[in-house]
Amino acid sequence: MMVLGQTSQLVDWDWIGRNIDQIADRTWQHLSLTAVSVGIGLVISLALAIVALRWRWSYTPITWVTGLLYTIPSLALFALLVPVVGLNATNAVIALTSYTLLIIIRNLVAGIDSVPDAVLEAADGMGYTRRARFWRMEVPLALPVIIAGLRIATVTTVGLVTVTAVLGLGGYGYFILRGLNTFFWTQILVGVVLSVALATVLDIGFLVMQRALSPWARRAR
Amino acid sequence: MAGDPMIRLENVKKVFPGSSRAAVTDLSLDIGRGECVTLIGPSGCGKTTTLKMINRIIEPTSGRIEIDGRDAMAIPAHELRRSIGYVIQQIGLFPHRTIAQNIGTVPALVGWDQARIDERVAELVEIVGLDAEMMARYPSELSGGQQQRAGVARALAADPPVLLMDEPFGAVDPIVRKRLQHEFHDLQGRLGKTVVFVTHDVDEAILLGDRMAILNIGGIIEQYDIPEKILAEPASDFVERFLGGERGLKRLALLPINEADLEHGPFVDVSTTPAEAHRVMEQHGVDWLGLLDDERLLGWVDGDLVDSKPLRDLDPRPFLVTLDTESTLRSALDAVVTSHARVAVVVDDGIYRGMLDLESIAEGITE
Ligand SMILES: Nc1ncnc2c1ncn2[C@@H]1O[C@H](COP(=O)(O)OP(=O)(O)OP(=O)(O)O)[C@@H](O)[C@H]1O
Ligand SMILES: [Mg+2]
Repeated sequence: MMVLGQTSQLVDWDWIGRNIDQIADRTWQHLSLTAVSVGIGLVISLALAIVALRWRWSYTPITWVTGLLYTIPSLALFALLVPVVGLNATNAVIALTSYTLLIIIRNLVAGIDSVPDAVLEAADGMGYTRRARFWRMEVPLALPVIIAGLRIATVTTVGLVTVTAVLGLGGYGYFILRGLNTFFWTQILVGVVLSVALATVLDIGFLVMQRALSPWARRAR
Repeated sequence: MAGDPMIRLENVKKVFPGSSRAAVTDLSLDIGRGECVTLIGPSGCGKTTTLKMINRIIEPTSGRIEIDGRDAMAIPAHELRRSIGYVIQQIGLFPHRTIAQNIGTVPALVGWDQARIDERVAELVEIVGLDAEMMARYPSELSGGQQQRAGVARALAADPPVLLMDEPFGAVDPIVRKRLQHEFHDLQGRLGKTVVFVTHDVDEAILLGDRMAILNIGGIIEQYDIPEKILAEPASDFVERFLGGERGLKRLALLPINEADLEHGPFVDVSTTPAEAHRVMEQHGVDWLGLLDDERLLGWVDGDLVDSKPLRDLDPRPFLVTLDTESTLRSALDAVVTSHARVAVVVDDGIYRGMLDLESIAEGITE
């Protein structure tokens, strides 16, 4: 084993120990790229969903455009954005955000639509104003579906962030790209395992949040 | 109705956009203070539309609606609705709120403090017959009947003078429905709200309505009167057909036993001699004898047994069904056809009051 040297070892724990600071930096980068993209995605989606709910006819074109964005391969989108914004974080965030829109908008609209007519009629009958009804009835009742959308969007984004390594970013994707270039397995594994772990942790986090925010839906099961 | 009506509809019309026929053509209806009016008619005749125009969930195309003398159109819709209790067929409890929060909806909207809301909710839970432990539950954790009760409690919460109910007991099974109907009947007797109650169950309309309005397609009133009158004198073929068969039975259900119609019948005290007992049976043309002990009803014995022992030592059989003085002629009829002796026996606290047979029931309805 000693003779073969560190490169042949599947996991080089020494390397991990020496690079712990860099791993922390990349964790932060991965998380912030995900959070900023999903956050901006949520804000844009909210605005578009409100438009779609208010003017129903606009829902089809909105899903059409966001659906088109969703189908563009991520590498191609990063490349397409280079002449416009350059090779930087802005490029990454724009691309990542555009992938979240379809999922979040669909779930926002589906969530609001899932509120039973009888509940809306009862709310009207009790004397809720339109605005109060939206915020106190429709939004809370749609919350499980909305959070489910954020959950999928977040997990997807965690995966896509690794691709931004081609822009010199990438979070854990940086390790994967470097490892592939140098055939250094430890680096590849660190990138892959941490990326999957981050997605899993966020996934569970959203699940916990969804349950905490809608105890009524959980007890109903 | 004496005094100003609580709800007045004047030439109200509703044409839904894109529809060629009016859902409600030209409806005028006065509903008195404290009165429960049932709206009934075939599916699509405009009952729900009429009801929803009263709280402006649906805006009338033309006409005027007054509530307690005020033009409903002159009040912002959400404020108007806070003073009108509303129960819909699908119940529409808010799934994300506990039963207590659901019931306290309107008090919270109009800004009561929490202590007062809690007190009121506890009171209502009691009034509608829910367990206090259900207050902390979510709607999905209640049975259909319990949800209906919560729906009624929610409508009553801020003590609105007016209550609109759209087939409120439609979603529960017939047995629970019957119970809810009778409970609501008692409740209405105590609370004296002005109620507009939509139903397509004729018996429900008859039981709950001080007056009932029978509507035809287009919201045309075919007849608007007290149930007794409508059953006795249907204004049109439509009404007659709508009331369906068993109109006589339905009328009987509304008529209380008249004590003046009671006969004494072949009932004798246990001290009576066998000879006298035979004479009584012969006089009434029956082969059985009712036995009383100092006015208390003991039961009946077969005529053949009268000579075997003194009446006091006989073992009388009980009447399976007995009525009290509050019973209706319909239950009297039921007692007649169920009983071996073909009579309905009326007992008040164990004391024999008299009996009815088929003939006296038939007389009761023709009076
Ligand atoms: N929102 C609407 N848009 C168009 N037409 C409607 C609407 N609501 C009701 N209608 C029509 O108006 C008429 C009366 O409907 P309404 O719901 O008042 O009937 P209903 O008497 O309550 O019937 P049911 O016993 O079936 O509940 C029907 O022909 C119905 O199709
Ligand atoms: Mg209806």
